[in-house]
Amino acid sequence: MQGNTACAEGALAAGCRFFGGYPITPSTEVAEHMALRLPKMGGVFIQMEDEIASIAAVIGASWTGAKAMTATSGPGFSLMMENIGYAVMTETPCVIVNVQRGGPSTGQPTLSAQGDMLQCRFGSHGDYSVIALSPASVQEMFDLTVEAFNLAERFRIPVFLMADEIIGHMRERLIIPDHVPTNQRKPYEPGSLPFRAGEDLVPGFPAFGKGYGVHVTGLTHDERGYPCATSPKLHEDLVKRLVGKVEGARGSITSCDILNPDAEMVFVSYGAPSRTVQQVLHDHPDENIGHLRLKMVWPFAEMFLSRFTNAEAFIVPEQNLGQISREIERHTDKDVVTVPKLGGDLHSPGELYAVVEDLK
Amino acid sequence: MSEEDWLRQDRLPHIFCAGCGNGTVINCTLSAVEQMGWKRQETVFVSGIGCSSRAPGYISTDSLHTTHGRALAFATGIKLANPQLNIVVFTGDGDLAAIGGNHFIHACRRNIDLTVVCLNNMIYGMTGGQGSPTTPMGGLSTTTPYGSGEPAFDLCGLATAAGANYVARWTSYHVRELTRAILTGLENPGFSFVESLVQCPTNYGRRNRFKQVADQIEYFKSHTILVEKAARMREKGEMIPPDMILAGEFVRRNRPALGVRP
Repeated sequence: MQGNTACAEGALAAGCRFFGGYPITPSTEVAEHMALRLPKMGGVFIQMEDEIASIAAVIGASWTGAKAMTATSGPGFSLMMENIGYAVMTETPCVIVNVQRGGPSTGQPTLSAQGDMLQCRFGSHGDYSVIALSPASVQEMFDLTVEAFNLAERFRIPVFLMADEIIGHMRERLIIPDHVPTNQRKPYEPGSLPFRAGEDLVPGFPAFGKGYGVHVTGLTHDERGYPCATSPKLHEDLVKRLVGKVEGARGSITSCDILNPDAEMVFVSYGAPSRTVQQVLHDHPDENIGHLRLKMVWPFAEMFLSRFTNAEAFIVPEQNLGQISREIERHTDKDVVTVPKLGGDLHSPGELYAVVEDLK
Repeated sequence: MSEEDWLRQDRLPHIFCAGCGNGTVINCTLSAVEQMGWKRQETVFVSGIGCSSRAPGYISTDSLHTTHGRALAFATGIKLANPQLNIVVFTGDGDLAAIGGNHFIHACRRNIDLTVVCLNNMIYGMTGGQGSPTTPMGGLSTTTPYGSGEPAFDLCGLATAAGANYVARWTSYHVRELTRAILTGLENPGFSFVESLVQCPTNYGRRNRFKQVADQIEYFKSHTILVEKAARMREKGEMIPPDMILAGEFVRRNRPALGVRP
């Protein structure tokens, strides 16, 4: 099965029943598969007039209690930024798939890139925190889409599946499990304030149509949901809670694969370049070459770096000019060797092994 | 129940300026909703950004105050995900016709089953009086200090051409006609668009020769001409003065609609 189709199947298995989208290469197969499948499952597919409207419709649908998603690529992702901030501020669960292509601007529509990794973290205005997952196989296009929905429901935030053209268009064997673990947003308890959170910092969800009479606004709001945009304290408390509910859970949600933890030279990768690293380790089995593969890129799990106790250098191949390398540099005093790649091709195994040879 | 029962009393007083026409139109809308017999739990008010878009914050149903221009796209998602809900969208001329223009024409084309009440004050009120797509030619604003040099948008003409099932225009002077038009819009399946001109004494009126609030309301009264009368005048070859406001029902039809309750 193709990666993009696996993503759509993962969404359906996770309980997604609303898709609002706009055609864009190389993500379109996600929308096409949802258009085919959703109506037969009692769900709703709508092709909106642009990506701004797509994410808006997704957020609207989510407020009726539906699990909702959209899928896009760079240019559409840029258009979605304002409403992504709205989803953060209003604590609306939703999943946004970005099958990344070469940018800036229209760039390389049919070729792979990882150039939106910082945009997904910082692209909307104001301070906030989100979760971004990065699949490296067709199986993970399915599995991590399910995970994205579960995390979106748990934290009431937009969760990004930051795929790339290579993984999106790759065809591999997919195993769909008989049972897919899913969860639902915590319900609102009538009588409490709609935006008052408990210890987990996530308020119960007061879905529309239940008689709660909830007011939802992108303005800074109090626990009743009422606008109160001039109180410095209220704004600070709200933004810190929105950030804190994600950052505070980093230890329990971040996930990765670790190979050869005693190695001195450690590849750190996510998405398609992980496949080249795996090939290098297959061709040159060596306990002195480690691999940290991030499945969740944001929030960044710097604690995994310190699992490589003998590490002298982290080698970071990315399909960009070093976006996550920069994050790793922030968290380690070891050498960080960024191996950027632009233009759409993957690094070749030879290219990456040459970096290892240089370090030896 | 009365209109007052639909208000969040704990949010009053509201932020609208003294003499603003928005309260009148909100009252007309709630009166129409009340006459429909809708229940609060099955009604959702949606809005974008601007003075008019603050209205849902004062109404005691579920309400979604969204981003600038995008209310109709959010409302489309709500309606399709749960067609049982009745949706009313409050918007303004800047929100709907400028930044939200594309969503407006596509919502009309889809003929999605909801009602839009557009409070057209011909100005950006919230940001302090800048020109909007409906500022009349020659109208003064902070960004058209020498008079607007652009023709104004005919929002009803746009909605009609784009496919809305029901399209009407009134003003804050015509409270009975406006209420009836909104009621017809709520009853009519598909996309209903009701535009109401509203006075904005703070940012439009005082810059455009309406010294008193009542002056602009008086202007709405004296410069309104019914669409039927305008049509008769055109047939006779009579000129319709360009500053006249065409009011009444522009279209009522039954095109296939999206999101109608099963």
